[in-house]
Amino acid sequence: MSKTITIEPITRIEGHGKITLMLDDNGKIDNALFQVTQFRGFEKLSEGRRFREMPSLMARVCGICPVAHLLAGAKACDEILAVKVPETGLLIRQAINLGQIIQSHALSFFYLSVPDMVVGFDANPMDRNILGVLKKNPQMASDGIRLRKFGQSIIELLAGRRVHPAAIIAGGVSDPCSSEVRDKILADIPEMMRIVQRNLDWYKQKLNQNGSSSLRVSPFVEEIRSFANMKSLFMGLVNDDGELDFYDGKIRFVDSSRKIVADKLEPADYQNYIAEHVEKWTYLKFPYYKPMGYPKGMYRVGPLARLNVIDRCGTPQADLELSEFRGLSSGAVLSSFYYHHARLIEILYSLEKLEQLLAEPAFTSTKTRATAGPNNLEGVGMAEAPRGTLIHHYKVNEHGVMQWANLIIASGHNNMAMNYGIMQVARHFVKGEKIEEGMLNRVEAVIRAFDPCLSCSTHAAGKMPLKIELARPDGEIVHTLTQG
Amino acid sequence: MSSTVKIKTLTIDDRQVGAREDQTILEVARENGIKIPTLCYLKGLSPYGGCRMCIVEVAGSNKLLPSCMTAVEEGMVVSTQTEKIKKYRKSLLELYFSERNHVCSVCATNGYCELQSMAQKVEMTHVHFPYMYPHLEVDATHERFVLDHNRCIACTRCVRVCDEIEGAHTLDIKDRGINVRIITDLDQPWGESDTCTQCGKCVHVCPTGALIERGKSVGEMSKRKQLLPYLTKMREAHK
Repeated sequence: MSKTITIEPITRIEGHGKITLMLDDNGKIDNALFQVTQFRGFEKLSEGRRFREMPSLMARVCGICPVAHLLAGAKACDEILAVKVPETGLLIRQAINLGQIIQSHALSFFYLSVPDMVVGFDANPMDRNILGVLKKNPQMASDGIRLRKFGQSIIELLAGRRVHPAAIIAGGVSDPCSSEVRDKILADIPEMMRIVQRNLDWYKQKLNQNGSSSLRVSPFVEEIRSFANMKSLFMGLVNDDGELDFYDGKIRFVDSSRKIVADKLEPADYQNYIAEHVEKWTYLKFPYYKPMGYPKGMYRVGPLARLNVIDRCGTPQADLELSEFRGLSSGAVLSSFYYHHARLIEILYSLEKLEQLLAEPAFTSTKTRATAGPNNLEGVGMAEAPRGTLIHHYKVNEHGVMQWANLIIASGHNNMAMNYGIMQVARHFVKGEKIEEGMLNRVEAVIRAFDPCLSCSTHAAGKMPLKIELARPDGEIVHTLTQG
Repeated sequence: MSSTVKIKTLTIDDRQVGAREDQTILEVARENGIKIPTLCYLKGLSPYGGCRMCIVEVAGSNKLLPSCMTAVEEGMVVSTQTEKIKKYRKSLLELYFSERNHVCSVCATNGYCELQSMAQKVEMTHVHFPYMYPHLEVDATHERFVLDHNRCIACTRCVRVCDEIEGAHTLDIKDRGINVRIITDLDQPWGESDTCTQCGKCVHVCPTGALIERGKSVGEMSKRKQLLPYLTKMREAHK
C-alpha cells in the first residue's frame, strides 16, 4: 500500500516549508518533495516605487539577513547612480555585513542545529532546542547567545538598529562611524575569537570521535553519508586574489572535484549563466547553471560552496582551518552535513576580517556616500548572504521609478540540492512499517543544514507545531505524529 | 485689533475663555494652550476642514464640528477630548492608513511624518478596516521634487501654499472623495509644468512623505516646519 508522509511546517528553520514523502507499496521512499508554501511577490510590489526605497523595501524580504538584501539592493542602486562608493562607505558596508554573517551563522549553528548534535537526533523534541543545549552543555549555549549578540551589536552600532537598519543606501552609507564605536567593537573581538575556536574544537572532536580521523567511527557517520552527500556544482563570489569575499568579487563555479568550471563571471551577466526552472508544486524556483541545463546544472551556494570555490580565505586562522577542512575530501567537500563546519570557519574568518577592516584609517572618515541622480536605467547587485549568493536586478525609467525587478535569493539556489537531499536522507532513514519521529527529524535536519530562509522571516524563537501524517492515496490518515 | 471687533466668551474643556468674534474654536483653543490635533490645518494658510482630526463636540449640536472651520459663539460649551471624539479620531486615522499605501518603514519621511506621529499620539495600534492597496503613481518627473500619491492624505496644504503664499497655483486637486488627486497645472507631469517656480514650499508644508526632495533615502527627509511661519511673519513685517 503506498503512503504519503507530510512534514509541515518544518521546524527550526526560518520560514515555512513542507516536506512530502511518498512511500511505495513496500514502505520504501518513492519520491520526496520539498515545498515552499508561501508566496511573497516582492518583485511585483516594487514596480512603480522610487529606486531609492529599494534597499530598505527589499530588506523586508528577510528579518534574519536584511543586511544582505540592503547590500545587494544598494549595490544595484549604485549601478543606477553610476557612482563609485567612497572607501569609508565600502568599509562600513562590509563591516555591517560581517556582523550579519556572524549573527546569522551563530543562530543557524547554535540555536537551530546544535540541539540535534548535543541533545541527539532521536531525543525528545521537547528537549531538542537551545534550552536542551543549555542543560547539557551550558558553556556552548551561552557561547552561541554571546556570539549572536555580538554580531547584532555590530549592526546596531554601525547601522542604527539590529533589524532592518536604514543606513545602507544608494551611493554608500548614511552615517560615518566614530572612533569610540570602532574601539568598542574591536575590544570584543578577542573574546569572540576564543568562543569560535572553542566550538570549532568541540565540533571537530565530536565529529571525529575524540581525535580519530576515520569517518567510520564518527557518531554522525550516517548523517554525513546521507545529508545531501552528492555531486553538484558549487557557486560563490571570489575576489581578485581568489579569496573569500562576502561583499564583492566575481562569480566562480567549481565541480565536485573542485575543478573550476567557470571563473571571473561578472555579476551583471548573471542571466548568461543562471536560469530558473519552475515546478507547479512549489513557489520556490529552481535556479541552475545555464550552460549545463536543467537538472544537470544543479549547484549549491552558501558556506560549504564558498569554501569549495575559493583558493584561500585570506585571513591566517581561517586559512589554517580551511586547510584542515579541505582534508575531509580529495575534491570538493560534498556532504551538506559539513555546512555546519564551514559555517564555523566563516565566523572565524568574519572576526579576523572585521579586525582588519576596523584597523583601516579610512574607517572613521566622514565621507561615506556618493550622491547622484539616476544615470543608468539598470543595475545588478550581488552579495554573499549567510546562506549564499544574493542577486538583485533592477530596471528603472529615466526618472528613477522602478519598472522591473528580479531577485534570486540564496535559498533558491539550493532548492534543487535540498530536494535531492531530502530524497537521499529519507531513503536512508525512513524505513519500515512505523515511522519514528527521529527518522523524520533527520529529513528536516538536512534542510536545516542548508539553513534556508524560506519566507525569510524572523521565526527564530517560539514553539512551532509539527504534524506528520501518513495518508493512503485516497486521503485516509493511517498514522499521525504530533509535536509542539 | 479693530475697535469694532466684539469679544465672545465660551467654555472649552471646562475652561472659561474669551475670543474675538472672528476667531475659530481651534484658534482660541490653541491660544489658551488647549491641544486639538490637526493634519490639514496650518497657521498661515486658509483653513480647509478636510482632515476632520480637529473635530469637537459643541453642546446643543448633534454633529461633531471641525474646530478649524467653526466660529466661536457666545456661551458655547466645547469639549475637545471626549471618548467619542477620541474614538472618531482614531477611526479616521485608520481610514487614512487603509485608503492608500502608507508604508512608513521605507518612507523618506519615516520619523518626521505628521501622520505617523499622530497615529502614535492617539495610540493607534491596528487598522481595523481592510486596506485598499490602490495602484497609484509616483510622479518623479520634476527636477528637484517627487510627488508620491501613495502617501498623500489630500490635506491640500500644498495646493494652498502654492496659491496663497507663492502665488503660482501650480498645484490643485481633481476628482472627489476617495478618487481625489493632487495635480500639477492641467493634470500633466510635474516636470512639464510651466508655472512651477521650484520654490519647494509645497514639500515643506506636506505633513507626510507624499512630497519630498529628490535623492532622499529612507528616513532622510525632514521638513522645515518653521518655513511658513517665518515667511508669514516677514511678509507682515514688510507690509
